[in-house]
Amino acid sequence: MRRRLLILFILLGLSDSVLAEEVYVAVAANFAGPMEKIAADFEKDTGHKALVSIGATGKFFAQIQSGAPFEILLSADEATAVKLEQGGNGVPGSRFTYAIGKLVLWSNKPGFVDDKGEVLKKGEFSHLALANPKTAPYGASALEALDHLGLLEKLSPKFVQGENIAQTQQFITTGNAELGFVALSQVQKDGQLSGGSAWLVPAKLYTPIRQDAVLLTKGKGKTAAAALMDYLKGDKAKAVIKSFGYDL
Amino acid sequence: MEPLNTVDLSAVKLTIKLATLTTILLLFIGTPIAWWLARTKSRLKGLIGALVALPLVLPPTVLGFYMLVVMGPQGPIGQLTQALGVGLLPFTFPGLLVGSVFYSMPFVVQPVQNAFEAIGERPLEAAATLRAGPWDTFFSIVVPLARPGFLTGAILGFAHTVGEFGIVLMIGGNIPGKTRVVSVQIYDHVEAMEYAQAHWLAGGMVLFAFLVMLSLYTFNGSSNRRMS
Repeated sequence: MRRRLLILFILLGLSDSVLAEEVYVAVAANFAGPMEKIAADFEKDTGHKALVSIGATGKFFAQIQSGAPFEILLSADEATAVKLEQGGNGVPGSRFTYAIGKLVLWSNKPGFVDDKGEVLKKGEFSHLALANPKTAPYGASALEALDHLGLLEKLSPKFVQGENIAQTQQFITTGNAELGFVALSQVQKDGQLSGGSAWLVPAKLYTPIRQDAVLLTKGKGKTAAAALMDYLKGDKAKAVIKSFGYDL
Repeated sequence: MEPLNTVDLSAVKLTIKLATLTTILLLFIGTPIAWWLARTKSRLKGLIGALVALPLVLPPTVLGFYMLVVMGPQGPIGQLTQALGVGLLPFTFPGLLVGSVFYSMPFVVQPVQNAFEAIGERPLEAAATLRAGPWDTFFSIVVPLARPGFLTGAILGFAHTVGEFGIVLMIGGNIPGKTRVVSVQIYDHVEAMEYAQAHWLAGGMVLFAFLVMLSLYTFNGSSNRRMS
């Protein structure tokens, strides 16, 4: 009996270590929704498990530079992934664009944001939320768009900054900020706005938000990490990514 | 490079202002609570004491999250402040002040309460036999005797507010000059890879914290000696 148990445990251990691996992924906050879905599909289809950490791209960069155990970074921009690749913490040649993000002006109140963004010009609100432009690419894009609209100076006293794009959404969801700039993926599901009112910021107002994935040196040669990189390029993942409003 | 830029300096000033006002408010609010906790025989003592001590064990994110909800437009406090015409508290300096008062309450109430309890019945009874009224007794007997408790409470309340981070991050909105305190500014510098600037502020905080604890321990040591 004891020996049989022992064999069972060895087999269980083997199945864990040989067949299914874990991969540590750092994911930009705007991609939290699609990643949840993709990670579930990935586990079902390959048996590998993706352990997902959500946060601001800038913070992940600092953590990876300091030896964080992440094996893949899904960045909210191109620049961070390039920096990692060139700085030796990313695997050269592994980088690819997994999604092109869209910026949206969003309020949790139906009818508050019109479909031309006139609400910004009227300025009848006390707080406009955006992600910290220093660390979150979507925050930088929001500044760029406001600058193009000629509203940056007028509206900057009303800015409240979230630490990342998810916290920015939380400020708006709780109604503490009447409106703010978030990623379309946060407020859209299956091609529908999940609530409130929104203005899709025209693409000409800001540089396209190319979001790059990069395999990190800690994930080099790991089966699960390579599998997830491939999986993100696959049709099934692409369909999920598009359903959240990203371009590809 | 300049050690501290104007944004850093405004964060330092804001932090000192927040900590000073929090400490003053807490001495006014905390003293009656500490007195009641020290003297009462009520069954509610445990309940109130536990409520005051709650921030010691709760993660600041819990407090921050509930403040965001409760002080928001749909929350009871948010509706009250809107009805009073002062608007919403999140993303404002008064909002941070309210948050800090809750968060640092036990650090002021507990030392003061301990000092009150240490006085005991005898000095109060003696004062009563000399026909001192309750206010006279409080200010002539209790306050001087409890001075070390007040000082410890004030220093800890101030220092703890300076060290506040999670609540400010959650209800502050990172507005320069209004809600961007030093701890948040350090976090921003680190996230933006501005390590040199982060070092100036972070090193300053280490020095400040050390001086606070040093003064506290030196002071308490000497006052204990004097008492014995």
